[in-house]
Amino acid sequence: MNTKSYAIGQIPDMVPPIASVGFIGWFRKNLFSSWVNSVLTLFSLWLLYLTIPPMIDWMLVNANFSGTTKQDCTNTGACWPFVSSHIDQFFYGFYPQAERWRVDITILLLIGLMIPLFIKKFPYKGITAAVALFIYPVVAFFLLVGGSFGLPVVETSLWGGFSLTLVISVVGIVTSLPIGIVLALGRRSNMPTIRSICTVFIELWRGVPLITVLFMSSVMLPLFLPEGVNFDKLLRALIGVSLFAAAYMAEVVRGGLQAIPKGQFEGAMSLGLSYWKTMSFIILPQALKYVIPSIVSTFIGLFKDTTLVLIIGLFDFLGIVQTASTDPKWLGMAVEGYVFTALVYGVFCFAMSQYSQAIERKLDTGHKKR
Amino acid sequence: MNTDSTPLPKVPKKSVWNNPKFRSLFFQAIVLAATVAFGISIFHNTSVNLETRGIATGFDFLSTTAGFGIIQHFIPYTEESTYGATFLVGLINTIVVSALGIILATILGVIVGIARLSKNWLIAKLAAVYIEIFRNIPLLLQIFFWYFVVLRNLPSPRQSVTFVGGFFLNNRGIYSPSPVTHDGFSYIVWAVILAFVLIFFIKRWADKRQEATGQQFHTFYVSLVILVILPLLAAVATGFPLTWDKPALSGFNFKGGMVIIPEFAALLLSLVIYTASFMAETVRAGIESVAHGQTEAAYALGLRPNSTLRLVILPQALRVIIPPMTSEFLNLTKNSSLATAIAYPDLVAVFAGTTLNQTGQAIEIIAMTMAVYLSISLLISAVMNWYNASVALVER
Repeated sequence: MNTKSYAIGQIPDMVPPIASVGFIGWFRKNLFSSWVNSVLTLFSLWLLYLTIPPMIDWMLVNANFSGTTKQDCTNTGACWPFVSSHIDQFFYGFYPQAERWRVDITILLLIGLMIPLFIKKFPYKGITAAVALFIYPVVAFFLLVGGSFGLPVVETSLWGGFSLTLVISVVGIVTSLPIGIVLALGRRSNMPTIRSICTVFIELWRGVPLITVLFMSSVMLPLFLPEGVNFDKLLRALIGVSLFAAAYMAEVVRGGLQAIPKGQFEGAMSLGLSYWKTMSFIILPQALKYVIPSIVSTFIGLFKDTTLVLIIGLFDFLGIVQTASTDPKWLGMAVEGYVFTALVYGVFCFAMSQYSQAIERKLDTGHKKR
Repeated sequence: MNTDSTPLPKVPKKSVWNNPKFRSLFFQAIVLAATVAFGISIFHNTSVNLETRGIATGFDFLSTTAGFGIIQHFIPYTEESTYGATFLVGLINTIVVSALGIILATILGVIVGIARLSKNWLIAKLAAVYIEIFRNIPLLLQIFFWYFVVLRNLPSPRQSVTFVGGFFLNNRGIYSPSPVTHDGFSYIVWAVILAFVLIFFIKRWADKRQEATGQQFHTFYVSLVILVILPLLAAVATGFPLTWDKPALSGFNFKGGMVIIPEFAALLLSLVIYTASFMAETVRAGIESVAHGQTEAAYALGLRPNSTLRLVILPQALRVIIPPMTSEFLNLTKNSSLATAIAYPDLVAVFAGTTLNQTGQAIEIIAMTMAVYLSISLLISAVMNWYNASVALVER
């Protein structure tokens, strides 16, 4: 036996029992801490065993990756050539082949304007944002619609696919934010008439589903216009989506306005600032900062809601996938189309929500009410 | 003191423009005038347009015969029924799918939200993956998936998937036995009501006794026994006046029993799965908002984990949970209108779809549809606000 003597106070700690540290310890603590947890763990493992291997099998192992027709899909798994042979259509819709470079340039410009916003030390962020908000939409309009600068006109009925989804969501985002801010300010105004008009407007739009708004813009809006004036289908949908999103945005901004302490208003007033100066230099910068995460989640909601336009007959990303899956040459390929669509939407929405969480952490100046 | 009298600078006469009251009135007048002018111009344009297109206004069309069938109706409806009846059928279908959806989504959302906070690593991660997947995929896509891929591809009625107890699953829907009541069934209903009344009084007595003496009573088990025994006694006394009508295959389809049409199943399933993923995050945020010290203090007082959750954590978490939960309820109700994409006969699909196309009464129909959704929204908000007020913190 190994005996060793220690001075008082010098006795070393005993080694912890093997079952409470390392690999085994982690398992015992996190997966099998009680009999209920053990049962749950085993049950979930069984569920995973039932779902994951067949899914991987279908998506990757037994899937077909090459080929151009349905007959090339000889394996039992997914038929990815369905996606790869339609990928142009999924992206551009029915936009004429020869003019597709215009869509490319529009989207590249957008990406080019977005990148600086992600670079921490980029010095001209304000200017870039202003260009993205005010100049870019005009450029994009002329590029996509055409009709001037020698570009042939492309009817909006030919637009479709992912690029149409982008158009609707970007227009919705760009227009809903300013309208929403104005509505939120109106709802917090001291003037009863303006307050009630804004409140009624906001609650009206928020109380009804987007579908009815789209139906309204597609069947009722033409009746509202004076004779001879006719809006094109896409523009009507855009108006509906923008107003709908603006009402939601207004409530988000109002939340931010309510979080600003009264002292900020009083301080600005005592400095002699006018209402608009108080709002644009003191209140809104703080209020908008508070609610950036909510603004981004409204954007995510808007991005997902753009799929609804397929119900009024516009071919957005989901609409075009749906159409392609009824293509007689590719019958029975709906699953592949849906999985691909889900993946694209999932990646975009997940990225946006991660970005908003990153901003939230960055802007957290520790002044939040606890 | 300053004795030499320099005359005070003359106060310039205030222009009326600098009077805040006047300015406020002025701006309000402008905005009001603009709104009214906008309204009038829309009204004018609309009446001119309607006249040139020869569309008659008014709600007379509601009493005209509709002439089309609806695959699911909870009130008597035939092709000879009126457009007014299509409105009611659609409205009831919307309410049924929304109410069921709200109940099921809340249950699933609470389970997933609690699972997300589980100490079990695997369970917590699975819940997180569930949330991230289902809330980032558009609802319409999920509805399409369940409808076109899963439910439409089920076997035909002859090759139905059969379950024990007379349940069948095929591409025409989910068939299940339907209850058939006979004479004396009302006694069982009365027994159930009596049981609930009894339980209510027992609970009151038990609470009072616990407050007075500290002794607890097994309210739960006693209630369970009462709830089982009383209706059972009534059933024995009346000779079991309830039989089941099982669906049976005859020809190419099933006869008898109840059927849940695939449109309904797909819509309900996707609404529940989608909304539950948002609710789970709400529940998690609510529970996390209760300071950890509360749990520790409850444990220190000797409360069991179950009682801690029920008596300490949940009452505090509910205050944080209820307002966002209300808006999820509203979202689910409004999202049920996506039914129109897979032709589930809800209000939008039937009334704002088929009826509108047949009659062309766009203004009346869209206005009625929007009014219905607005009223449902206001009703849910009112109920939830009332509930919220009843659980709100009573500050002393």
